[in-house]
Amino acid sequence: MTAPLLSLSGVTAFYGAIQALKGVDLDVREGEIVTLIGANGAGKSTLMMTICGNPRARNGCIQYDGAEITGLPTHDIMRMRIAQSPEGRRVFPRMSVYENLQMGAQVTGGRDFAELLAQVYALFPRLQERAGQRGGTLSGGEQQMLAIGRALMSRPRLLLLDEPSLGLAPLVVRHIFGAIRALNRETGLTVLLVEQNAFQALRLAHRGYVLVNGAITMAGSGAELLGRPEIRAAYLEGSH
Amino acid sequence: MPVLTRLLGLLLVLVVLGWLVFVFVTGTPYALQQLVNGVTLGMIYGLIAVGYTMVYGIIGMINFAHGDIFMVGAFLSLIALIALSSLGVTSVPLALALTLLFAAAIAALYGWTVERVAYRPLRGSFRLAPLISAIGMSITLQNFVQVSQGARVKPMEPLLPGGISLLNDPDFAVQLSWMQIAIVVTTLAVLGVFTWIVTRTPLGRSMRACEQDLKMAGLLGIDTDRTISLTFVLGALLAAVAGLMILLYYGVIDFYIGFVAGVKAFTAAVLGGIGSLPGAVLGGLLIGLIETFWSAYFSVQYKDVAAFSILVIALIFLPTGILGRADVEKV
Repeated sequence: MTAPLLSLSGVTAFYGAIQALKGVDLDVREGEIVTLIGANGAGKSTLMMTICGNPRARNGCIQYDGAEITGLPTHDIMRMRIAQSPEGRRVFPRMSVYENLQMGAQVTGGRDFAELLAQVYALFPRLQERAGQRGGTLSGGEQQMLAIGRALMSRPRLLLLDEPSLGLAPLVVRHIFGAIRALNRETGLTVLLVEQNAFQALRLAHRGYVLVNGAITMAGSGAELLGRPEIRAAYLEGSH
Repeated sequence: MPVLTRLLGLLLVLVVLGWLVFVFVTGTPYALQQLVNGVTLGMIYGLIAVGYTMVYGIIGMINFAHGDIFMVGAFLSLIALIALSSLGVTSVPLALALTLLFAAAIAALYGWTVERVAYRPLRGSFRLAPLISAIGMSITLQNFVQVSQGARVKPMEPLLPGGISLLNDPDFAVQLSWMQIAIVVTTLAVLGVFTWIVTRTPLGRSMRACEQDLKMAGLLGIDTDRTISLTFVLGALLAAVAGLMILLYYGVIDFYIGFVAGVKAFTAAVLGGIGSLPGAVLGGLLIGLIETFWSAYFSVQYKDVAAFSILVIALIFLPTGILGRADVEKV
């Protein structure tokens, strides 16, 4: 088996004096969709941000594509074809949809911009309709599409998706999850997906991890985790 | 805003407008001359104000050393002009262009240094710390110039004497000096280039991205520290241009001019709506006009008081400034 594309071992992270991650081990192999599920405040978003170096991991090691990235500044990590659609979407509110997408492509120096833009517009036609509108005036679902589209504009190898379904109508969630699956199948995009909507996430993912209180408590294939009674009790009751 | 405040504000605006109409009707040439002078001065304030508003937009803090960068720009301009004339450069446009380049380049270095020394090491510390260190930078720059250039006022002969007379009234001719034309034209050109950079180039886009969400800009591979540095550099460039303009306009400078001009430009930035670039220029124009009209019709001694009073009054009625944002953002 080849080395994983992304590998975390013993990663800890702190927000001030609060320890948010307590030694996390996690692997994502090239071409996989891996999901990380857990309750509010378990440290899922912190884990995503720690991969990107903000906050920086205090202990442990993060490896990407065979090289250690633990101590690199955020902008250098993001130039290694890792992209994140972060918690809260963080669309630039006073930039147009088009400019937001341009920002996504800034790391690549504008290479293949037209082609990537066409791809994103094909995936989310709504963004094309709203190209001139300011990010801050979009609806929640449109902002989510924009955040994902912006992340895709850098032609990432590894896409970190933080709660893409949060606050969205079921139909939009289905559309976004369908888009993730299509990207993974067609382009081999590797995805690390954080979700509270555990049922849908585990059905989509090849593998999953369960994060409780800053530590991984369970790991396994999506189907395997879906079948576990303790997962059903903790994360799936009434969620589907 | 309560109805009463709004009514009062409206009343105030009407009174000022009414008074302006009155002075323009009763003494057209004199009032027109004040308009010309006010716009010229206002342009210079606007140039400095842009630097305040840009830095505030990106790091949410006032750069207290910015006024002193402007002062350094004025001194650099004077040095360059004297050097050029002793080198035998007689063409005024050429001398001005070279001076502009020299002053802007060196002042940019100062701006970069201020950020590197007073702001970057303190990023992530408590909010007051960089403000204190910036005040320290301001005092350092003032004293550095005082020690190295002397405390006395530096005069300079007018470079471009003469001008054109608009409206030749028997009692009062409205003068539009070449210098004023040069100042307004240069300022507009510089602001035009600057607007192009901010709205159309990848650098400008990165600056706006950092201004709107610093953390997200980092997640998109933007080197945020570098972008913040470049913001200081751009602000310093504009301040240096303003320094040259004030030298040409007034013909005297000293090591202390950065303080008052800085406070006024800061006032302009707040009046226009801090964080808004067109607002900074508009605020600069307003402060320049208020100051000039007050000096012309009431008293020169109280011109600064007038400018700052207007700020206080304006902020009561428009707390976010004239073009400050109050736009709705969905979360």
